[in-house]
Amino acid sequence: MFTIEHVLQPETLEEAYQALHANISNTVLGGCAFLRLGSKKIGTAIDLSELKLDYIVEQGKEIKIGAMTTFRTIETHPTFHQLFNGVLPKSVTNIIGVQFRNVVTVGATVYSKYGFSDLLTALLALDTEVELYKGGRLPLEEFLQKSFPKDILTQLFIQKNARKASYQSMRNSLSDYPILTIAVSELNQSWRIVVGARPLRAQLAAQASEALSNSKLTIEDIEQAASLAVEELSFGSNIRGSAEYRKAMCKVLVKRGIMEVLQCK
Amino acid sequence: MQIETTINGKKITLEVANDELLSDALRTKGYLSIRQGCDTSCCGLCTVWIDGKPTLSCSTLAFRVKGKQITTIEGVQPQAEEFAQVLVAEGAEQCGFCSPGFIMTVLAMKHELKNPTEQEIIHYLTGNLCRCTGYMGQLRAIKKYLGGA
Amino acid sequence: MKYVGKGLPKLDGIRIATGQPVYTEDLAPANTLVVKILRSPHAFARIKTIDTSQAVALEGVACVLTHQDVPQVRFTLAGQSYPEPSPYDRYILDEIVRYVGDEVAIIAAVDEKTAVRAMNLVKVDYEVFDPVLDFETATEHPSVVHPEADLVCNIDIGLEQEKNIVCSHSNEVGDVEQELSQCDVVVEETYYIQAQAHAMMETYRAVSYLDHAGRLVVTSSTQIPFHVRRQLARALQLPASRIRVIKPRIGGGFGGKQTGSIEVFAALVTLQTGQPAKIILDRRETFTSTTSRHAMRLKVRIGADREGFIRALDIEGLSDTGAYGEHAPTVFWVVGEKTLPLYNKTRAVRYHGQVVYTNKMPAGALRGYGATQGTFALECAVNKLAEKLNLDPAELRLKNLIKEGETALAYHGKRLGSSTLHQCIEKGKELIGWQEKYPRKDMGHNKVRAVGMAVTMQGSGIAGIDTASAEIRLNDDGSYTLLLGSTDMGTGSDTILSQMAAEVLETTLDQIVVYAADTDISPFDPGSYASSTTYVTGMAVLKAAQDIKSKIIQQGAKFLETTVAEVAFDGQLLQAGDKSMTLEKLAELSILGSGKLQLVGHGTHGSDVSPPPYVAGFAEVEVDQETGKTTLLDYVAVVDCGTVINPTLARIQVEGGIVQGIGLALYEDVKYDAKGTLLTNSFMQYKIPCRKDIGNIRVAFEESHEPTGPFGAKSIGEVVINTPAPAIAHAVYNAVGVSVTKLPITPEKVFMGMQNKI
Repeated sequence: MFTIEHVLQPETLEEAYQALHANISNTVLGGCAFLRLGSKKIGTAIDLSELKLDYIVEQGKEIKIGAMTTFRTIETHPTFHQLFNGVLPKSVTNIIGVQFRNVVTVGATVYSKYGFSDLLTALLALDTEVELYKGGRLPLEEFLQKSFPKDILTQLFIQKNARKASYQSMRNSLSDYPILTIAVSELNQSWRIVVGARPLRAQLAAQASEALSNSKLTIEDIEQAASLAVEELSFGSNIRGSAEYRKAMCKVLVKRGIMEVLQCK
Repeated sequence: MQIETTINGKKITLEVANDELLSDALRTKGYLSIRQGCDTSCCGLCTVWIDGKPTLSCSTLAFRVKGKQITTIEGVQPQAEEFAQVLVAEGAEQCGFCSPGFIMTVLAMKHELKNPTEQEIIHYLTGNLCRCTGYMGQLRAIKKYLGGA
Repeated sequence: MKYVGKGLPKLDGIRIATGQPVYTEDLAPANTLVVKILRSPHAFARIKTIDTSQAVALEGVACVLTHQDVPQVRFTLAGQSYPEPSPYDRYILDEIVRYVGDEVAIIAAVDEKTAVRAMNLVKVDYEVFDPVLDFETATEHPSVVHPEADLVCNIDIGLEQEKNIVCSHSNEVGDVEQELSQCDVVVEETYYIQAQAHAMMETYRAVSYLDHAGRLVVTSSTQIPFHVRRQLARALQLPASRIRVIKPRIGGGFGGKQTGSIEVFAALVTLQTGQPAKIILDRRETFTSTTSRHAMRLKVRIGADREGFIRALDIEGLSDTGAYGEHAPTVFWVVGEKTLPLYNKTRAVRYHGQVVYTNKMPAGALRGYGATQGTFALECAVNKLAEKLNLDPAELRLKNLIKEGETALAYHGKRLGSSTLHQCIEKGKELIGWQEKYPRKDMGHNKVRAVGMAVTMQGSGIAGIDTASAEIRLNDDGSYTLLLGSTDMGTGSDTILSQMAAEVLETTLDQIVVYAADTDISPFDPGSYASSTTYVTGMAVLKAAQDIKSKIIQQGAKFLETTVAEVAFDGQLLQAGDKSMTLEKLAELSILGSGKLQLVGHGTHGSDVSPPPYVAGFAEVEVDQETGKTTLLDYVAVVDCGTVINPTLARIQVEGGIVQGIGLALYEDVKYDAKGTLLTNSFMQYKIPCRKDIGNIRVAFEESHEPTGPFGAKSIGEVVINTPAPAIAHAVYNAVGVSVTKLPITPEKVFMGMQNKI
């Protein structure tokens, strides 16, 4: 059973940030879908609802997604159906159900760096940056790899470009959390292969991506890239699947992702 | 703390604890249609509308509905009963425990989607679990309801 | 017939669907204490010391009870007619805890927060033992799960405490070894069925209080009010007459609520404090601390001659009952009872084996009750035999299955009263497109489609044991009240029993008030389990309706001053020659006026047989050869449940049971960690099928007429869960040649199976 001592609904990010650092038990609230899973003792719960961070706007060559934007908004937003072959809506559409996706937020998911995250996998295959209130703007990949002082994730930026992308996931029950997630994308012959839910968090398969980018994209090249991804990333076991099965699926899904991107218009 | 909110069209002042969930707050207030089937945000039984959107009341902190419009099945009885007639004719309410959350999601779908395909209906309702019916009768009922409505 | 055979809506349908407050929690009185249970973190341990002083001192705490505060009388929570075959092997709270989640202390406080806070203040010092976690080695394990001297068995079930054996069983007709040795073809395989969870949407809950006379009243989401009353009487050492159990609307049961998992805790708090108390298990407790299906290992040997006649069948079972023996012997016996009689060209059949205690959550009753486990093993083996004989599996079955009027070795001469199973198979083949689709079709892009099949039988009530009563009163306005002790858990049994009464009484459903279930008011009924309500309680209702009808005619003859033979009654009007009287008038005069006799019809029924309903199930799947993922495309179930009393509700029963069977087949994995903690303890980790997981399900009925059933009816509640697992396993095998013998059939198992083949 979680508990919350105090609630703060700050009117500025600075106020929120100060509150976050006032005490180690103070926490920024996201969608709160996972709050009940733990027994967190929260000193001050910082609710960003008043800060108007629920938006998707196109600005010049980029799209900005506010931290409080829900998965359901990502799923239904017309922009994302047109861009990147719909990879973002595809990545979130199988998560539990509509009423769950109306609750969970982009900011909390990315900030928490969940291993099972479908969305992180897709975002990482795009040209995504995160903005931290104090930490500033940085590539998503860097954010995921390093650890940072406690901060508030305010928004994401995605480069609006002609990147073609594919999202693949392996689930047994279709509303379950994934056994493995894959996103593959290509822009100007530069490929990105991302594998998530290994069950470790989504990671770019750098060598595989580079090898594929430098290849002639023959079926052998594609299979080679898929094998490289399996070799360079680590895989683990949990109740949803063994490392061995995940490796095998990585190979299959990466290949399917590449093939799908090649067929994209 | 005290919050002002609107439940089923009526402005109301709610006294809620900081860590109280909307589902509990609503039950305490007498909205006994609110059910909980899980502790992990994945059964859909507690579905209510917040500003018209189907939402898990079990995963929403009560203080966050300040200034919002909450709708429970108690607030849409005529529409709920209209659909329930079709559902019950199919025998697809069975134990009925998941029905309020299910019906709230069906009604939300009707508002949100125009002429949904069978796939779209199934997709919209995937977050509503049911152990009794096997879902088929519910699908038949929805199709009849949308066809006739 | 006017009511029987009509797909009428449930009497309570609109009210429950639209969210009215009619379930247990909704009915709790104001200011009810909240009961929480402190549970064992260890799979096997002894409580050395338990200190509740801090918890008790907390403001708002009403009581904290430990093993020192409960009667030292062992009992069983299994909802079975007395004398229960399940061993009396538990106290309300014990010094020994036998699984992770076992009850250590009962805490009652003014609200949930306080109760949880108090629970965290209870200090327990455990002496931890080596737990028995693997049921396959339980008999050799040095630890003894139940070493106590006061364990009681009402009947000899073959208990050997030192070896962790709760039950041993052997039933052989003919000489199986000899017959097997003479068979031209013998197949042998070992199958594993997991400890499926009921996963009813309403978790376990009960509310208790003392009434105006100081009697204990327990409102519970239960399938077994009369059994709960008896359990409470023994466990709390109270006369049963001091206890009343009420069943309101309940949110699903599936056999789970045939075990009294929670009532005693609330009741004890009420007795100790005098205050109302409620216990509501959360989903995690429902997964970890109630009951599940019995996990089993079933080794099947089946032999046939060259012509394809099955001559010998041997099933050796090992069942895991977990920490306590609820339903342990009976579920185990049912495995054999519902498999051995199916193929009756046999010359010898045998079912034998053991049920063992382990330090895991107790198993209990779950829809299918052993028949599900048995069907999976037997039908997988029959499909394997068909392949070895090079016979179409449907043909093999048509050739070997028992027919109406025939007997089987296990029936000892008794003849089968009704069956259309052969028609069910023919119909199912046609609906699924067996001729075109069997065994497989390559769809390209690494996808293969294939079909598979299985058949099954269950029972209808427990022969010679289940006895139900029903009462029908004629009220002063000419309406009827039908009093029942059976427990509609959403199935619609209150409605179909009313349909039966209306049929006999030639009245309309709105003239019948149906009331169930309340031990102060209802006539005795064991409760709704063992597929008994339509068949056993239905017959009691039929008798009660006939009884009151004849009493109405007798009373009519008096008022009309004629003989009974002269009186015609059409449900509304009693006529004798040119004299007549309405039922309403008769009721008025009888109750308020000169008649001085309120008419009550009684019916009590038990059956010497448990006529089997049958299902022929057919699955069409698509398997992804690269990932091992099985997608169920289509499922056809053709059902013989005798006369279908309400086709709409029967169809939903079938569809719901099939989907629960699909869950068992494909999704519902049960995993423990090395210390015996259940990992699959939420809907997040234990996946019941969602809407996208089930494909299309088609249901057809091939009605038979069961001579011993009401209007020719048998049962339907349980039999429908049995076929999906073996039929889907068969289809997967036909698709990719991988035989998954350990449920569920996950993509990983299929994939690894394909890898190992290469």
